[in-house]
Amino acid sequence: MNSLAEKRKTYQDQLAAKAKKTVIVVGLGTCGIAAGGEKIWSAIKGEINNKKLDIEMVYSGCVGMCYKEPIIEVHKPGMPRVIYGDVNPENALQILQDHAVNGKVVNDLAVAQDPKEGAAKLPDVPVLNELPFYKKQVKTAIAKCGVINPDSIEEYIAFGGYEALEKVLTGMSQVEVIDEVKKSGLRGRGGGGFSTGLKWEFANKAQGDKKYVVCNADEGDPGAFMDRSVLEGDPHAVLEGMAICGYSIGADEGYIYCRAEYPLAIKRLETAIARGEEAGLLGKNILGTGFNFKLKIKAGAGAFVCGEETALINSIEGKRGMPRVRPPFPAQSGLWAKPTNNNNVETYANIPNIIRQGSSWFASMGTEKSKGSKVFALTGKVNRTGLAEVPVGITIREIIFEIAGGIQDNKKFKAVQIGGPSGGCIPEEHLDTPVDYDSLIALGAMMGSGGLVVMDETTCMVDVARFFLNFTKNESCGKCTPCREGTKRMLEILETICAGKGKPEDITTLERLSTVIKSTALCGLGQTAPNPVLATLKYFRSEYEDHIFNKKCPAGVCNALLEYKIDAEKCKGCGSCKKVCPVEAISGEKKQPHEIDTSKCIKCGSCIEKCKLDAIIRG
Amino acid sequence: MSCCCEKKDPNQEAVDAVLAKYKGTKGALIPVLQQCQDIYGYMPKECMAQISKGLNIPLSEIFGVVTFYAQFHLNPRGRNIIRCCLGTACHVRGGAKIFERVQKVTGVKDGETTEDLRYTLESVACIGACGLAPVIMVNDDTHGRLTPDKIPDILAQYE
Repeated sequence: MNSLAEKRKTYQDQLAAKAKKTVIVVGLGTCGIAAGGEKIWSAIKGEINNKKLDIEMVYSGCVGMCYKEPIIEVHKPGMPRVIYGDVNPENALQILQDHAVNGKVVNDLAVAQDPKEGAAKLPDVPVLNELPFYKKQVKTAIAKCGVINPDSIEEYIAFGGYEALEKVLTGMSQVEVIDEVKKSGLRGRGGGGFSTGLKWEFANKAQGDKKYVVCNADEGDPGAFMDRSVLEGDPHAVLEGMAICGYSIGADEGYIYCRAEYPLAIKRLETAIARGEEAGLLGKNILGTGFNFKLKIKAGAGAFVCGEETALINSIEGKRGMPRVRPPFPAQSGLWAKPTNNNNVETYANIPNIIRQGSSWFASMGTEKSKGSKVFALTGKVNRTGLAEVPVGITIREIIFEIAGGIQDNKKFKAVQIGGPSGGCIPEEHLDTPVDYDSLIALGAMMGSGGLVVMDETTCMVDVARFFLNFTKNESCGKCTPCREGTKRMLEILETICAGKGKPEDITTLERLSTVIKSTALCGLGQTAPNPVLATLKYFRSEYEDHIFNKKCPAGVCNALLEYKIDAEKCKGCGSCKKVCPVEAISGEKKQPHEIDTSKCIKCGSCIEKCKLDAIIRG
Repeated sequence: MSCCCEKKDPNQEAVDAVLAKYKGTKGALIPVLQQCQDIYGYMPKECMAQISKGLNIPLSEIFGVVTFYAQFHLNPRGRNIIRCCLGTACHVRGGAKIFERVQKVTGVKDGETTEDLRYTLESVACIGACGLAPVIMVNDDTHGRLTPDKIPDILAQYE
C-alpha cells in the first residue's frame, strides 16, 4: 500500500491536472439547495451535455456567503477563480457561455475573484480577501468548506487531510497529544467553553476497559448553523479530530450524534466514514499502526435537550433524552457507564489544524483566555447573513457592522442575541466588547454555539424574551421541577405582559423566578433558560415598563397593545382598506378620509398591507 | 390480515426485518423506531408492541421514548410534511406571518393533518437555514427567503 504522503502527492497532482481544465463549482450545502442550487446544477449540466462542452462540474459545501446564495464558481485556466452570487438557471447559462466558454467575466453577477499565480487580475471584480465580508475573517476550521468536494476523501487528503492523524499515530504519545491540545488553549466550541485538553486528560486518566468518543452534532440553538456547514462541507475534518481524540484517551469507538433535521449532513458523514474505512484511515489497524477506531452515526429524534451531554448519552443508549445528575461526569462514567469524551463538531474540526500547525499557531490568535478562532452564524436583520470565522476577541461591532454589513433597510440597531436561548442580548452601548467566553458572560450573554441574531428597532424585546421562554418551556424535558414548572410560569407572565395585562409586580416576580431556576435546575438547559429574560430586563427594562404601565409596545410588535389609526391627511379615500377589513371596522365616504372603529378592529394588519399611501398608522 | 393463510401483513414483515438487523445491538431502540416509523408513516400501537417483543423492552418504556421525542408520531400523517421554522432568525424576519399564511392555505393548525391527508403542518424551532430566513421545509426540500405570497405556489407543488 502506498504511504499517505505518496497518496497525497498523487491526489495533489490530480488536482493540479484538474486545474488545467475549466471547472464549474456549484454550492450545494443546505442553504445553497434551499436557494435553488440544484436547479442551477441541472441547467448547467444539461447545457454542457447538449453542447458537448469540455467542462467539468463539481459541488461543494457552503462558503459562508448565505446572502449571495445560490453561488457558483468558475475556474478557467489562466484566469482567477471567480465567484458568482444570486445565480438563477437563466443567468447561470449566461455565465457558462460568456465566462466558462468564452473567457469573458459576467461583471454584474461576479461577487469576487480569487487571484492566482499566472493569471491576470480582473479589473472590475473585487478580490475575495478584500471584500468587507472576508477582510476580517480567518479561515481555519471552515477553511475547506465550500472549497473541497465534501464527498471526496482524495481532495481532503490533497489539502493536508489525515496528516495530523498520521503524525499522532506514528510519533506522539497520548500525553503529548493532550499537552498539545491543552497548550493551544482550545475551549469547547459548543457553548460551555471548557478546556478541551483538560477534558481529554480526564478521560485519559479515567480507568476503564472500554472508552468512547462522542461528537455532539445536535446543533439545536435556533440561529446557529456552523456545525451543519462543517458536516456538510468538510466532514473528514470532524472524523479526523475524533480519531485523534480516540487515540489520546484510549478509545476505539466513537459516535456522532447528529440531529435528524440535518439529513444532508448525515448523508455526507455516512459517505465520509465509508471512504475513510476504505482508505484505511478509520476502522481497523489505521495506517498499519494497530490503532482501531470505529465510528457510528446516531440520528437524533428531535429533542433540544439532547444537546446537553448527559441527555445526549442517554439518547444514544436508546432512552428518553433526559440529563443525568452529575457527578459522575461522563469522563468517568458516560456512555454505557464507560469513560466518555464529548465535544462538539467545531471543536473536533479544529483539532487536525492544531496538531498539524502546532499549538502556538492556534494560541497566537485570540485573547489571553480565549484562543483561536470561532465561527459565528450571522442572521437576523443584517445585510449579509452567513457564516464568518473570526479570531476570538474581535468586537461585536466589527462583526455586525463590518462583516455583516450593518442593519437591513437602514434601520437602527437595537440588540444582538448571542448564544441562543441560553444566551442573552447585547445592546448598542456594549458593541465594542470583544467576543470571548468571559467578556460575554460578564454581560449576561454567552458565546454559546456562536449564533448571532441581530435585531433592529422594529423588534420588541419583551416579545423576544417571550419567544425564548416559549422555546425552553417546550424543550424542557420535565425531569426537574425548577425547569419544568419555572419556565412555564415565566412564560405565562411574559404572555400576560405582551397581551397588555401585565401587573406592576411582574418584573420582580420574573427576577425572583429567574434566580431560583438558575441556581436549582439540573442541567444547562434550565440553568440558562432565564438568561434571555434577565438580559432584556437589564438592558431594556423600560420596554417592560412601557408594556406594563403605559400599555404600549414601543416597537409596534405586541398586537394587543397596538392601535390602528388612519392619517386623515394622507388618506385619499380609495376604499381599498375598507374592502379588505374582515370585521367592517373601517368606514368613510369615497374620496374622503376613512376612519377605523377601534372597538371593532381586530388588529389583523390587512389594511396596512393594502394601503398604498402609508396612511394607516400602527402604534 | 384479510385472508386466512398465515401470511403476515407486509408492514409487520418489514418491521421484523428491521428487528432482525438490530438484534443484539446496544442502544437500538431509537434507530429501530425511526425505521419502523418510515414503514408505517407513523408509530401505531401494534408496531410498538411488536418492537417491544422483538427487542425485549417493556411497552411502557417504548411509549415513554416515543412520546419524548418530537420526531415520533402516534397518529397517521399527511403525505407532505410542512415544517414552518419559528426559530429566532425566522422570528425576527417575519416567520410568524409565513406560518399564518400556511395555516390559512392548508386550513389546519400546528400539529394537524388535512382531512385528505395531503399535508401535515408542524412548527419547528430552527432547521439551520437561518441565512435564508424566513424558511419552511416541505418534506426534505427547504424553501428560503419567503414572503407570505409565495406560499400558495410552493404548497401547490406537493400533491
